Amino acid sequence: MSMFDQLSAFALLSGMSPTHIAVLSSAAKEVSFAAGDRLFHEGAPAKGCWLVQRGCVAVDAAVPGRGSVVVQTVGPGEVVGWSWLITPARWHFGAIAVAPTVAIELDTDQLKAFAEHDSSFGYPIAVALLTMVLDRLQTTRARLLDLYRNPADTPMSPL
Amino acid sequence: MLPARYVVTGRTVETADSVTLRLEPLERPIPRFQPGQFTMLYARGVGEIAVSISGDPSVVDSALTQTVRAVGAVSRALHDAKPGTVVGVRGPYGVGWQPSLAWERDVLVVAGGVGLAPLRPVVLTVLAQRWRYRRLIVVAGARTPREFLYSDELKWWSSRDDLALELTVDHAADGWTGQVGFVTQPLARLPLDPAATTAFVCGPEPMMRFSAETLLRRGVPADRIRISLERNMKCGIGQCGHCQLGPLLVCRDGPVVDYARAAELLSVREL
Ligand SMILES: Cc1cc2nc3c(=O)[nH]c(=O)nc-3n(C[C@H](O)[C@H](O)[C@H](O)COP(=O)(O)OP(=O)(O)OC[C@H]3O[C@@H](n4cnc5c(N)ncnc54)[C@H](O)[C@@H]3O)c2cc1C
Ligand code: FES
Repeated sequence: MSMFDQLSAFALLSGMSPTHIAVLSSAAKEVSFAAGDRLFHEGAPAKGCWLVQRGCVAVDAAVPGRGSVVVQTVGPGEVVGWSWLITPARWHFGAIAVAPTVAIELDTDQLKAFAEHDSSFGYPIAVALLTMVLDRLQTTRARLLDLYRNPADTPMSPL
Repeated sequence: MLPARYVVTGRTVETADSVTLRLEPLERPIPRFQPGQFTMLYARGVGEIAVSISGDPSVVDSALTQTVRAVGAVSRALHDAKPGTVVGVRGPYGVGWQPSLAWERDVLVVAGGVGLAPLRPVVLTVLAQRWRYRRLIVVAGARTPREFLYSDELKWWSSRDDLALELTVDHAADGWTGQVGFVTQPLARLPLDPAATTAFVCGPEPMMRFSAETLLRRGVPADRIRISLERNMKCGIGQCGHCQLGPLLVCRDGPVVDYARAAELLSVREL
């Protein structure tokens, strides 16, 4: 499958025109990670965005006394890495492959340059990222509700 | 209606607060159950509560399998019941999942926490009559890896190639290499054939709402999303009005209803 076809198959990019998918393809490459390979470290300068096709990536944080704590996992059809969009571009969390993983890596320097140069490309990109961030926010809120807790227990979350 | 007397003949500890009881009749058994139906279980001297039947509908005997989570006085008494304890059983009651609605379709089972208990008979029905159904996908969420019900059975399900199992937890623990996140995450990304999918969803009400909304966005029709409502019950047979939800008596018209009907009712806050 060509990069164009692979990107077109991504639900998140369904709002983008073929011209824009073609532009995106020029900044995209396929990458793979073995289980245990780290995509990025918490606190490092944020560059890159990965559209996961197969496998599983864990988003994690180092917590003193608890080691590396997995906050969320990202699977096929989902995206990891958006901190590059907002300054200061630093990773707030780390990301590590927890299974053999294949992804499309986007060169975010190029993406930023394209988007700043042509807002008709930048807007759908921003909408796609916002859609992803909103989904992530909703699922995080749902987890904050601690819905499966036993009503007889003290809440684990403050909500 | 008088409860039938059953004796506890088996007690399997599932999690820190849940057990699965095997109950056998001392005299006349109650009629056979349909997946998604419940009984009113009576703990002597404490009280009576609604509990779903979580057993295998394809096994023809008079025993009942029910999974109880201790949350208050009655459920605690049933949870603690040792083999030999006699309990009262009325039922089976209510409208169940009706797995036959999914014949020749993809079956998507979505369970949150102990919501897996009433859904287990659906999965076992599909597995027993595999030729009647297309794909079988089970998505189950728990708070932590140790809080999944039926952990041995889940291992067996995950090893089968005629069932796709997606387990996800709110909080990972040491050694957990699976998914961390809410059930809506796999629902949003799983390859689905929405028009040919029937979903069976059970868990806390907000979890069912979020899941149903995610499935609607994916294009699964509202009348193909079946959810199980929970309301406190007293009579269990449509007479006392205790379980009323809008125009429905949950014990009689439910507990399983389709989302086309339930969406509006779930947005009504209880007083
Ligand atoms: C159709 C149906 C099927 C059910 N199936 C099962 C089942 O298979 N296994 C099982 O363990 N339970 C099941 N339940 C729930 C069970 O009936 C209740 O947990 C039970 O009524 C609690 O009674 P109690 O006296 O132990 O606690 P109570 O003293 O009545 O309640 C203790 C605390 O738990 C809270 N609570 C009670 N019920 C719920 C609930 N459902 N969700 C969240 N909080 C609650 C109360 O607000 C209170 O804070 C089902 C309920 C219905 C209506
Ligand atoms: S419990 Fe009495 S009407 Fe439903």
